[in-house]
Amino acid sequence: MAKEMREPIETGCPDPFQYMHPSMRRNFGMWAYHEHPRPGVLLHVAKNGDKLWTIKAGTQRILDLYTLRTLCDIADNYSDGYIRFTIRSNPEFFVTEESRVEPLIAKLEEAGFIVGGTQNSVTTLSHTQGWLHCDIPGTDASGVVKSMMDELIDEFRQANMPNRVHITTSCCQINCGGQGDIAINVQHTKPPKINHDLVANVCERPSVVARCPVAAIRPAMVNGKPSLEVDEKKCICCGACFPPCPPMQINDAEHTKLAIWVGGNHSNARGKPTFQKLVAAGIPNNPPRWPEATAIVKRILEAYKEGAKDWERINEWIERIGWPRFFEQVELPFTKYHIDNWRGSRKSLNSSTYIRF
Amino acid sequence: MAIDKYPTPMLDQLEEGPWPSFITGIKRLRDQHPDQRINEMTASLLGQLEHSYETRKGYWKGGTVSVYGYGGGIIPRFSEVGNAFPESREFHTLRVQPPAGNHYSTAMLRQLADSWEKHGSGLVTFHGQTGNIMFIGTSTDGTQHFFDEINDYGWDLGGAGPCVRTAMSCVGAARCEMSCTNEQKGHRLLVNNFTDDVHRPALPYKFKFKVSGCPNDCQNAIERADFAVIGTWRDDMKVNQEEIKGYVAKKGRQYIIDNVITRCPTNALSLNDDDTLAVNNRDCVRCMHCLNVMPKALGVGDDKGVTILIGGKRTLKIGDLMGTVVVPFKKLESEEDWESMVELAEEIIDFWAENALEHERCGEMIERIGLVNFLEGIDVEVDPNMVSNPRECSYVRMDGWDDEAVKWFDRQAEAS
Repeated sequence: MAKEMREPIETGCPDPFQYMHPSMRRNFGMWAYHEHPRPGVLLHVAKNGDKLWTIKAGTQRILDLYTLRTLCDIADNYSDGYIRFTIRSNPEFFVTEESRVEPLIAKLEEAGFIVGGTQNSVTTLSHTQGWLHCDIPGTDASGVVKSMMDELIDEFRQANMPNRVHITTSCCQINCGGQGDIAINVQHTKPPKINHDLVANVCERPSVVARCPVAAIRPAMVNGKPSLEVDEKKCICCGACFPPCPPMQINDAEHTKLAIWVGGNHSNARGKPTFQKLVAAGIPNNPPRWPEATAIVKRILEAYKEGAKDWERINEWIERIGWPRFFEQVELPFTKYHIDNWRGSRKSLNSSTYIRF
Repeated sequence: MAIDKYPTPMLDQLEEGPWPSFITGIKRLRDQHPDQRINEMTASLLGQLEHSYETRKGYWKGGTVSVYGYGGGIIPRFSEVGNAFPESREFHTLRVQPPAGNHYSTAMLRQLADSWEKHGSGLVTFHGQTGNIMFIGTSTDGTQHFFDEINDYGWDLGGAGPCVRTAMSCVGAARCEMSCTNEQKGHRLLVNNFTDDVHRPALPYKFKFKVSGCPNDCQNAIERADFAVIGTWRDDMKVNQEEIKGYVAKKGRQYIIDNVITRCPTNALSLNDDDTLAVNNRDCVRCMHCLNVMPKALGVGDDKGVTILIGGKRTLKIGDLMGTVVVPFKKLESEEDWESMVELAEEIIDFWAENALEHERCGEMIERIGLVNFLEGIDVEVDPNMVSNPRECSYVRMDGWDDEAVKWFDRQAEAS
């Protein structure tokens, strides 16, 4: 049984040039400008006149090998055998002759992929692992994304929003889905339910105490066993204790809800990057299709499309029209929960007479 | 051979609708793949996922799995309902570092697919939120076999746990005229300098590098990276006045005024009477908006470099934080320039590893100790570009003022 183990070769991040389309290798750092000839297609022109068309498609993101090989077949037969993936998991294909653009699009669509996602479209929701693979998820990710993209597919294909829309999902309040123009995130509404029989064996108690953002957890003896107790008056139901201590179950079939946030924007264009703001909560976590969350997202998108000026992202549109009108237009209630009380939150209060009538 | 299939009435509803369905894909592995191991594993996975949909709960638990010689890189998943769904009882994910910029040849994708077919479930994602290729679903033995195979032809694991994580960079110079740096070079120099810290988690918490080639920040680096590198330039932007006139002729004066001139955050633009553009480059903050609207007419300058921001992160534990400017501008031309950026990263990670609390991100440590203490710790001088505005509260002890003022003037004299 003294089998020799193989030592790893610590090569780290691979050099991309070996896998890069020849036009990109040749014109590295030498691009002049780009155009958007149609939704789903970008044309980049190099200083030497070389042209490169990029065709972008939406997929199910959780790829089975059949789907991955279909993407490879299409790249081999219709472009030049190279694929790049965007930050939102959309595959990109490359051709250097305009005549090859439409056949490639036709083939992608015939194979069931959706061409679009460029510029001022609603691009693919970025998503996390959810029930499929995460150890702490309050909801699924792939299912939410599939359900919403079914409804938003025309916005992915058409690119006629005022500016690009990035939607994200997160299955817990750590929010690893990140910031988005619209974010659909889990929001727990009840403190964790503690299995006191397991805490001592499973959890490193001081670490769990330290993990709580509001110091609501303290060590305690329960039924003669060392455990942890939660001050439920202080608890903000964030679930931060659950990853280091699985017996502190935060997920609940009824009380784990969805919340919707808007206005996260990572770009520096026109204004500094912004974080997303809460607009709706108490939305049922309703598999397999989450229709209530999708309905609110669609209302927000319709109001944005209707009301925003060209190039305004959602945060800029709201900044111009004001929050009262936003809540009015999307028919969402404004509640005491919208007023922030976290550290630094006074800066989010209106200390002026800037009121729109 | 027939395998046990679990009924999936809820998941079946995710096969309806026009967007590609991940459920249909998983079912293809269950029903059509020639390898019975894959049929059984995906059948079992669908059974557990349906159970999650019915009960609205997740049933995966973490654990300790890695490959020989490493301490991380695997997301271990053991099922809590493994008795009911035994064939996916162990369902670990391997995080594999993609090439910088996420470029692939189909030959390489097929080679990875063939290896994964031998050892895994057949499910893969390009990419996870940190930027890894996620090979989703294999047994503890499978992780080692799959890693051994792909490691032999050039692929390595990414980070998982309290360690330097897999980095990300945009397409950048490979296909974007806005690129102000060599994104891939920065990405690889930074993360590959810390290979040991990627593979053997021993830091206070995670540490992420992200590189965006311009201030559009396609990689969300400022919001998501502990160490964000953003390309920028400090000379004048390029203006092709004939192309400007072309845009005006095509879109109209009012459109250009409403969508370019008045949208400049520092009022640095003006449309001249002859339909050419006047730019006040001293006031320009390189926000990218006018370049985004008129990419054929406007371009980044020649004196390129990067801005480095430190401490971005997501919600846990003290709330979301953006990165803060620590290096307003850095040239990245000579090998010494690049090396000094890596040295800055080493300095920052060392200081953070020494001074952070357990599970405290770099940005949270800066919030706790203050930016000035952090800067002194990493030996970087203060700069007005680091703040939105100077202090508003007088409650601070300032008896070192005279010395600090002298330092400022000395530095100014040295720079000029």
